[in-house]
Amino acid sequence: MSGFLNSSIGRKFTMALSALFLMLFILQHFAINILSVFSPDSFNEISHFMGTNPLVQFALQPVLLFGVIYHFVMGFILEIKNRNARTVKYYKNNGAANSTWMSRNMIWSGGFILVFLVIHFIDFWFPEINTKFIQGDMSGLLADGEGYRYYEELTHKFVPVWRVALYCVGFVFLSLHLLHGFNSAFQSVGANNKYIKGLKGFGKAYAILIPLGFIFIALFHHFNH
Amino acid sequence: MNLTLKIWRQQGPQDKGKMVDYKVSDISEHMSFLEMMDVLNEQLINKGDEPVAFDHDCREGICGMCSMYINGEAHGPDRGVTTCQLHMRMFKDGDTITIEPFRAKAFPVIKDLVVDRSSFDRIQHAGGFISVNTSGNTQDANAILIDKHDADTAMDAATCIGCGACVASCKNSSAMLFVGAKVSQYALLPQGQVEAVDRVKNMVAQMDLEGFGNCTNTGACEVECPKGISLENIARMNREFLSANIKS
Repeated sequence: MSGFLNSSIGRKFTMALSALFLMLFILQHFAINILSVFSPDSFNEISHFMGTNPLVQFALQPVLLFGVIYHFVMGFILEIKNRNARTVKYYKNNGAANSTWMSRNMIWSGGFILVFLVIHFIDFWFPEINTKFIQGDMSGLLADGEGYRYYEELTHKFVPVWRVALYCVGFVFLSLHLLHGFNSAFQSVGANNKYIKGLKGFGKAYAILIPLGFIFIALFHHFNH
Repeated sequence: MNLTLKIWRQQGPQDKGKMVDYKVSDISEHMSFLEMMDVLNEQLINKGDEPVAFDHDCREGICGMCSMYINGEAHGPDRGVTTCQLHMRMFKDGDTITIEPFRAKAFPVIKDLVVDRSSFDRIQHAGGFISVNTSGNTQDANAILIDKHDADTAMDAATCIGCGACVASCKNSSAMLFVGAKVSQYALLPQGQVEAVDRVKNMVAQMDLEGFGNCTNTGACEVECPKGISLENIARMNREFLSANIKS
C-alpha cells in the first residue's frame, strides 16, 4: 500500500478521508455547542464528559489532532506540487468560466481556517490542557466550587466584539471551504454515481447551515452575556 | 470583422517567448478559428514574417490536435467544441483575442502554439490497451453480452480524443480526466477485466512520473472538454486504483 499512499490518487484519497473525519467532528462539535444556547446545564455535563473521558481524551483526541495536522500539511504539500506542474503561467486565464471561486481557492480558505484554528486553540484548547493536565484540576468546577466552569468560560470568551467578529469571519471561510470540500471529498474516494448525486444538495446545506449555526452561537452569547 | 490578436510567439523549446500583437481584418463570422489563423499566417508570409506555428489535422473535431488557449479557456469560449470547430461568430468586431499554447510542465512548448503532448502517449502505452490474439481466431465481439448502459458509458469515455484541454484548463495541470476516461473505457467492459489491475496502476504511475498535478475536483476539465467527458470517470479511476492496490 506504500505505492498507493505515495501516488497522486492515494494522496487525494487520504486528504478526502481526513476531510470526511473532520466534517464528522465539526458536526459533533456543533451539536455540543448548540446545547449552550438551549441548556447550559446539559452543555456543562457533556463538556465535562468529553473533557475527562479517557477514551475521548487519549484515543479520539490524538486521532483528531493527527487528522487536523495531516489535512493541513498534505494540503500545502499538494498545493506546492500542483503549482510546480505549471511553470509558465497563462497570460490570460478565465477560471471563473469553468469552476467556482471556492474550488480554485481552497488553499486560501484553508489557510484562513488554519489562522482561525490557532486562535481558537489559544482561546479554548490550550487553557483546557493547562487546567487539566498541567495544573491537574480534573474537577471541571468553577473557582468557588459552585457548578461546572465550561458554560461560564464559553460565554466569557464571546464578550469582546473583536473576538466575535473574528470567529464570524473564520466561520465564513469554513463555509467557503466546505462548499467545495464536502462534495470534493466524496468524488476523491470514488463516490460519484447516480446514487450519490443526492448528496450534493445535502453537502451545500451542511456547508452553509453548520457555519451559520456556529455564528449564531457566538452572536447569541455576545448579546446575552 | 477587424480583430487584434495577442499571440504567444516562441522560437523553440529553449526560447523564453513573449506575447506579440497582430491586426487582422475582413474576417468572416462564418470562418472557423483556424481559418482566421490561416488568414493571419498568409498575411505574415506575404510580409516576409514567420507564420504562427499551430497544431491542426482533421479540422472536424476528431483528431484532438488543435490546442489553443483562447481568451483564457482551452478551445475558446464555446462549449463542446475543439478550436477547429470554434466559429468567429463567437467574437465581436473590434475584439482583442488572446491566444496561448496549452500550459503544463508535462506539455512543453515546441514552437509558438505547438506543444508536445507525447506524455499522453506514454500514459496510453503504460496500460491503455487490451491484449487480444489477432491471429485469425479472434472471438466475435458480439458473442460477449454487455449491459447496454455499461456499453454506452464505456463509449462515452472512449470519445476522449486526448487533446489535453483538461490539463490546460485545470489549475493544477492534472491529467486525471484523460486517464480516468482511458481507464473507464476498459473497466466497464468484460474485455478490460483481465488486465484491469496492472492497467490502472501502470497508467497512474506513468501519469505521476510525467509531472502532471493532482486533481482537486474543480470540474474545470469537464466544462472545457470538447467531448463532454464526465468527472464520473475520475471517480471510477479512483475506485479502480484503490481496488487494484488492495488486490495486489
